[in-house]
Amino acid sequence: MASNTDISERQRIAARRLRVVAGHLQKCVQGEGAGVSAQACKTETPRSSPAKATSVPKRRQDIMKWNGWGYSDSRFLFNKKGQGEFTGKRYRLSGMILPSLKDWFEATFGTSLQHKTPATPTLNVSAVPPPNLVEPFVEELKVAGVAASHDPEGRVFRSHGHCLHEIFALREGRIGRVPDLVVWPNCHNDVVKIVELACKYNVCLMPYGGGTSVSSALECPLEETRSVVSLDTSQMNRILWIDEKNLTVHVEAGIIGQDLERQLNESGYCTGHEPDSMEFSSLGGWVATRASGMKKNIYGNIEDLVVHIKMVTPRGVIEKSCQGPRMSTGPDIHHFIMGSEGTLGVVTEVTMKIRPLPEYQKYGSIVFPNFQQGVSCLREVARQRCAPASIRLMDNEQFQFGHALKPQVSSIFTSFLDGLKKFYITKFKGFEPHHLCVATLLFEGDREKVLQHEKQVYDIAAKFGGLAAGEDNGQRGYMLTFVIAYLRDLGMDYYVIGESFETSVPWDRVLDLCRNVKERIVRECKERGVQFPPFSTCRVTQTYDAGACVYFYFAFNYRGLADPLHVYERVEHEAREEILANGGSLSHHHGVGKLRKEWMREAVSTVGLGMLQSVKEYVDPNNIFGNRNLL
Amino acid sequence: CSGSPPSTMKRPVRKKKKNRLLSSRAEPASFVDILEERRRGSDISHALRAFSPPPGCGAPPPSPSALNKMVLESQHLRYVVLEVRDTPGQEEAAALLDEMSQNLQVTFIRLLGFALSKIFTRLFRRIQVNEDGLARLQQATQEHPVILMPNHRSYVDFLVLSYIMFTYDLSIPVIAAGIPLMGMSLIGEIFRRSGAFFIRRAIGSDKLYWAVLSEYVRTIVRTGFAPVEFYVEGLRSRTLKSLTPKMGMMHMVLEPFLKGEVYDLSLVPVSISYDRVLEESLLAHELLGVPKPRETTRGLLKARRVLEQDYGSMHVYFGNPVSVRELAKGRIGRGQYNLVPRDLPGRPSEESQAFASAAAHRVVRLQERGTVLSPWSLTALLVLQRPDGTRWDLLARDTLWLRGIALQLGARLDWPADLPDLEVMSSSMALHRSVVRCEEGCVWLVEEAGPEPVTQEEGVFRRASAVLMCASYRNQALHVFTRPAMVAVAMGTVPGHSQEDIYRHFCFLRDLFANEFVFVPGCGPQDFEEGCSGLQQCGAVSATDHELKPTEEERDTIVFLSAILEPFIETYQVVFRILCDERLQVFTEKSFVPAVRADAMKLLISGNPVTLRRDTEGYLPPTPTCCKLQCPNIYFRQSHCRIHPGSCSPTPLCGPQVATSSPI
Repeated sequence: MASNTDISERQRIAARRLRVVAGHLQKCVQGEGAGVSAQACKTETPRSSPAKATSVPKRRQDIMKWNGWGYSDSRFLFNKKGQGEFTGKRYRLSGMILPSLKDWFEATFGTSLQHKTPATPTLNVSAVPPPNLVEPFVEELKVAGVAASHDPEGRVFRSHGHCLHEIFALREGRIGRVPDLVVWPNCHNDVVKIVELACKYNVCLMPYGGGTSVSSALECPLEETRSVVSLDTSQMNRILWIDEKNLTVHVEAGIIGQDLERQLNESGYCTGHEPDSMEFSSLGGWVATRASGMKKNIYGNIEDLVVHIKMVTPRGVIEKSCQGPRMSTGPDIHHFIMGSEGTLGVVTEVTMKIRPLPEYQKYGSIVFPNFQQGVSCLREVARQRCAPASIRLMDNEQFQFGHALKPQVSSIFTSFLDGLKKFYITKFKGFEPHHLCVATLLFEGDREKVLQHEKQVYDIAAKFGGLAAGEDNGQRGYMLTFVIAYLRDLGMDYYVIGESFETSVPWDRVLDLCRNVKERIVRECKERGVQFPPFSTCRVTQTYDAGACVYFYFAFNYRGLADPLHVYERVEHEAREEILANGGSLSHHHGVGKLRKEWMREAVSTVGLGMLQSVKEYVDPNNIFGNRNLL
Repeated sequence: CSGSPPSTMKRPVRKKKKNRLLSSRAEPASFVDILEERRRGSDISHALRAFSPPPGCGAPPPSPSALNKMVLESQHLRYVVLEVRDTPGQEEAAALLDEMSQNLQVTFIRLLGFALSKIFTRLFRRIQVNEDGLARLQQATQEHPVILMPNHRSYVDFLVLSYIMFTYDLSIPVIAAGIPLMGMSLIGEIFRRSGAFFIRRAIGSDKLYWAVLSEYVRTIVRTGFAPVEFYVEGLRSRTLKSLTPKMGMMHMVLEPFLKGEVYDLSLVPVSISYDRVLEESLLAHELLGVPKPRETTRGLLKARRVLEQDYGSMHVYFGNPVSVRELAKGRIGRGQYNLVPRDLPGRPSEESQAFASAAAHRVVRLQERGTVLSPWSLTALLVLQRPDGTRWDLLARDTLWLRGIALQLGARLDWPADLPDLEVMSSSMALHRSVVRCEEGCVWLVEEAGPEPVTQEEGVFRRASAVLMCASYRNQALHVFTRPAMVAVAMGTVPGHSQEDIYRHFCFLRDLFANEFVFVPGCGPQDFEEGCSGLQQCGAVSATDHELKPTEEERDTIVFLSAILEPFIETYQVVFRILCDERLQVFTEKSFVPAVRADAMKLLISGNPVTLRRDTEGYLPPTPTCCKLQCPNIYFRQSHCRIHPGSCSPTPLCGPQVATSSPI
């Protein structure tokens, strides 16, 4: 028997080897059909470029919007016929007509396509404050061979994340404090050099990874009088080695999610870490904010994935001496680094776990008669610890939102089928269209196990009145996460502003928290003079043994408001208060940044805050990493 | 009181003093007589009408058995059963729940609708309901769970709200009732099916019972399928005066909000008032020490003869819903349950207790403000100050004068504008011919009839019942005058006019009477402010920055207002004197009350109730000893039986001196 297993084991290894080799060989070939369908939702970058090539150039503004989300070629718009449309070629939705978008948009927000609020088309370079440069610092950088620039466009690009107020200001052409210089280190040693020089000349450093922060973490502190240097890690993007024996990969921390995943896929592996921002966010950013990925149920969150971290601080380089899978050597120093939000140093290299690419993937969806039943089902799935790679539960509003993004159906047959499905669910099964909600699922693994797993989950769902609702609905649900940020830009063209925020909460409070926060948003908007009912919706996006992660979308039509941003910020503030009062956390994965700093003491206690402060004091006494996040 | 009053009490931002003063006036309410339609239409068709209340904020109502199952299976109950007893605990809990739970059925509401139409049309000339309040209530039921909090003045109160809700197509409330009602054969069951659930008295430390009850109440609030109705005063007020709230039920209904299980709760104060209370003489006798008859069906049938009398009008005023969320803003951290399971049994935190107490007091105050007074209440106030008879024309003149003051102070009066004032007053008084008679232009308190000859005690007793009834009607109006009267008394006891000194004395009175009148805890400055502005409104005082001076023109008002509090102060003095008696070192409340009664009787017979040394000078400031006097086991509820057998000499007195001279 033993020899038998030996043989099969050897065969398995051989097969993987072959796959890896094949991956290397195919590098330059268009990998038709080789990619797994999970990639379908995200951008499909041409594979013809050599593996080393990055999708983030130094001049990011060449391919990305300077005052909105994502790629310049991809955006939502209402065409001349008033139909919704998504431009470009990168996404599955690209080039498609979305016939129901306009009706949903107008009905939900009370907007009219007549009333537009277009953004300032181009950056007014003269509005950018002149750089405050420390000449000898710049000189020495040049000597050290580190690329640097004080081009105004580049500096503006790195002066913000994607909080509503940041984008709103840019659209209006308002430029605040921007970094004075951008530097692009190529490797760990470059970073060491930069940090040394920064200490020498007392220059403020702000690490910049993917720029997808939604916590005001990238805003230059107004009180900062020193020269502010944005340290752009995008050129540190190589996979340094893959260790197939231990299934780890050693990567430079500037690599962005989609590149890392694509390059690993070519070798037959993946990290499985897929945060919604993975098209743009970087490995270093994930570490610095304690990121969470969609498929954490199989692969874990960033803290589970990381094996080794190298970080450059003003005190020197911090790293562990070995790659043991677990250690009892006092408090884990990784946990000083993870979530430090750029206040202690720059993460330069990371070793993380990898897994062989899954053989099979399958989307799925379940319709529940109401949100409560859906939450009960998710809770049961978590209790039985049988959560698929991803399981998310959207509330009714979000379900309808998803429907609004259905592309035009090509055949009468499909639309007939859709009608039939709807009839079955609402009339035959008696689901109330304004109460039902949908869970989207993603299964991954061996084909057989996936099918078995699928059955188990659907059986549980049936106990809570859930009906399987097809792969298509599931896939569309996941697509939504990648295009939602683009949709915000569309809203902002028509007086609609909005944002998402998240929390984590024990299971028994999920329902109460969702209801109370949504209601609080509606009431606060009303009280603050918002003329139209806001869009206030949530979904449960992650399940844990002891609780869940809840994500809220909140948007409203701001016509008639003198200071919409202020109203928005107050409402978001009140919503966070409500979350905390209902036993939710300050953040599940977005981080604290400067946006949520005011609650840190409450969140971690005075002693806890003091601990963090004393670490900062030791590591960076002169506040070289002066972005003033977190503390 | 650090925070501001609840939003519903807020008026638009008031900057000028004048505006603020005006704000104490009651908002006009439009009352509609719901009996008028009953008299015109058929009771049967009213009972059988289509009844489809708009859906509430919650899920559709669960069946009573489903509700009980939810309660029994709750985590909270499981915790308690584990803690208290083991397996039989579950069965015991089920039995308790069976005893307790309501079984609301629309059929019985209809039956009740029919019966009550018959009864009410016989008893009352009118049942006046403010429709604007009902409209607000309807709005509230659709948004959040609603807690109906009526005052409790008569057995008739029970179910009258259900009757009104049925008439106006609103969801029928479930009502917390005392367990004696359940004991009435047949009637108990009818009540149960009309939405009553029954609570034992004196639950004490029975943990399982507390758990079942609180989980039952919380489940109803959480699901929000029907309004919960309970008497925050805990029992019928025997004196028609508002009682300080009881906190048990209050905690139970507030908990779902504090634990985040509902977004908000609307507390709706409901003020029920009667021109004449059905059980007026029963109440008076109970106060005099005759035990209350047990509630039995037979007793109810025997009491049929009350149907033959005229009880005037009944007013039901639905106040503005008070949002608990608004009340809680900045006063209580809802995060207090973040670190423990919310189902874990435990006493509410001190913070929650303070919050619940403030909220409950506030509701009682709102009930007081909503109360509609009959002209007789004002007349009674005056009659009591002249117990030996007075001329009708003088009484009428003074009643009119008092009406002016009452209106200034924000009272809600039922004074028909289309009738001559004299007619209003005389007809209002005529309703109470069992208490007062008007003969040959003179008004007298009626003495109870009985066989001659009588002992001195019996004589006092016979007079007392009329006095007590009269006092009860005065009590209905008392809340209007309490605060200004307290300021007036305080002014009389302070040598100068310094506001600060007056405030100190005011606070002493407030502490002294904390169980007598309803004061929102911690709102001393507001109460003082209210009292002062009331006096200013009547023109009785003029206020400068630091001084409060009585005006010459309105000295009468000050004297009159002080006299309102007099009986209370005197009774307290009598009681304190008895307390100081050495024979009473250790005593129970049970033995104490009759002892006081007997002693008071002696004093009355001896002809001088006020035996304490009176000193017009050298008042000592309040000391901590006074506070000890207020410990609840010597709280003396029937404190207003001041009876003047002899002359009615004005006796300006003050509290501080009494208290400090006591040796306790």
